[in-house]
Amino acid sequence: MKDSTNITLTPPRRASQHAGLKLWLSPGIWITLLLVLLVGLLPVITGNAATREVIFTMLLSVVLATNLNIILGYTGYVSFGHVVFFGIGGYTGLFMLSQYNAPIWLALFAGGLVAGTLAFLVGKAILRLRGAYFALATIGINEAMRAFVGNFPPFGAATGISLNFGIYQDYGGAAQALWMTYILLLGLALFSVILSYLIKTSKFGLSLLTIREDEDAAEVIGVTTPNAKTWSYVISAIIPGMVGVLFFFKNGNIEPAEAFRLNTSIETIVMVMLGGQGTVLGPVLGAAGYQRLRGFLLTNPLFKDIQLSVAGLLLLLIILFIPSGAVGWLRKRFPRLRKVLQ
Amino acid sequence: MMLQVKNITKRFGGLQALSNVSFDLPEGQILGLIGPNGAGKTTLFNVINGVYTPDEGQVIFRGKNVTGKKPYHLAHLGMARTHQIVRPLNELSVRENVMAGSCFGRENRILREAYEIAEEVINFVGLETRIDQLAGSLNVAQKKRLEMARALAARPYLLLLDEVLAGLNPSEIFQMVETIRKIREQEITIIMIEHVMHAVMNVSDRIFVLDYGSQIAEGTPSEIANDQKVIEAYLGDPKLAQKLMDHLD
Repeated sequence: MKDSTNITLTPPRRASQHAGLKLWLSPGIWITLLLVLLVGLLPVITGNAATREVIFTMLLSVVLATNLNIILGYTGYVSFGHVVFFGIGGYTGLFMLSQYNAPIWLALFAGGLVAGTLAFLVGKAILRLRGAYFALATIGINEAMRAFVGNFPPFGAATGISLNFGIYQDYGGAAQALWMTYILLLGLALFSVILSYLIKTSKFGLSLLTIREDEDAAEVIGVTTPNAKTWSYVISAIIPGMVGVLFFFKNGNIEPAEAFRLNTSIETIVMVMLGGQGTVLGPVLGAAGYQRLRGFLLTNPLFKDIQLSVAGLLLLLIILFIPSGAVGWLRKRFPRLRKVLQ
Repeated sequence: MMLQVKNITKRFGGLQALSNVSFDLPEGQILGLIGPNGAGKTTLFNVINGVYTPDEGQVIFRGKNVTGKKPYHLAHLGMARTHQIVRPLNELSVRENVMAGSCFGRENRILREAYEIAEEVINFVGLETRIDQLAGSLNVAQKKRLEMARALAARPYLLLLDEVLAGLNPSEIFQMVETIRKIREQEITIIMIEHVMHAVMNVSDRIFVLDYGSQIAEGTPSEIANDQKVIEAYLGDPKLAQKLMDHLD
């Protein structure tokens, strides 16, 4: 401690020098947005449907990973069954589309709303659990939802919901509808990245990071932890619910095993961990990288049956050797990159 | 009255951690809380700032009954504390740690204001050269200053200091005591748990002594130093008894 310390000794430096506060000038967000935009526009420019399908899968992962990162990377709660929001959103959307002939935007809205509401109710109940108990509870919620939907007649029980092919006529035919779905997904991916960045650099985000670092200390500091945790869980659920609608709208049908596939959850966790939990860029890189790897493995005769084992092995290696993921590792190794890699 | 603790009893299973503890703390004073290891000092802090709910008794903070309120309620009302075992937010920078105190404490500042307050407070505790480092990279003495800065950034009415001098070397202790005096000049009321006798005796207006969860004495430092019961309680702990005797000389 200095002898001459005085509480008003030095005039504070300009607040805008803080990387986190000059929101729109930070290169971190632009790098991530440009990356998503460039890759996302690739099929639009070339007009190639095959490229579009590859990038569609990639963008879907970007959305799931980026949103999972809000609860997993920022708040520090491992949501193992996060696919439940994707599934319930998809079911809600297809129910609206098939039963009420709702327009796609309304179905999207409903899917997001139901996923968010489910997260709110579930969060109130299970966010008081910590660590492995919370992770187990989220798996339980996913399995319970799968069992419930599989026996719920309005959702078609075990056979699920199939869309009438005629529904695509409203959007100028099936080919047009696929392009529209793709553009909507790209929009949601960009929005997810912006949202993730805004949260990270906000006061709300600081409360989440505080909880992640030490929840008991956060309470003592004054973070209203139950609210912060619940809202971060709700936010992380809404957009996955919306892309659930898009995915199954494109698919034409939805069934319980497909909607609540636990593997999807695990793979999303691998993506977030691979790229770097708690960063904006990390989940995007992780999603793209993992999907590239998966594409390679699925087309390789040696690996095609064991591609999930590779995901498991990858997760193990990340946790053992680079627990902060690629972006986190780079930030630690090269502190100068901190300003650039958010 | 800043704080009134009334007949607090806290049990953990069969263990009576606190029995019938009461004291009043007027505004602007420093209360030293001493007692042998396991006397219940930190438990009393935990009851005061809402980490534990007492089995019996009441905590009145600035005229308001806050018994059973959560720690974050108390933080919003203007209570801040440091921990005996430091709890830095390791993966956040020193600045962000202190900003959290300002953002979520009594003043509920927005980020931009918190940013500037953090800078002032970090200068005040002398961590300005570490401001952009990760909290996890600090040494213990620095982490203690960081905890103090985080608590001060909330601009609390009442500050609970849990062994901020433990593990510091003599010159660090001297500097920390100076800092505590300066905090008092800002009209912040302080309760400090401390084992470093000469420091707590020097800086406190009153001393409160706990032993086996019960109050055994309360008074000015010189009254406490001459209290037969206090000396007896410390005889179980020769090192501390020696320190107390040193103070008498």
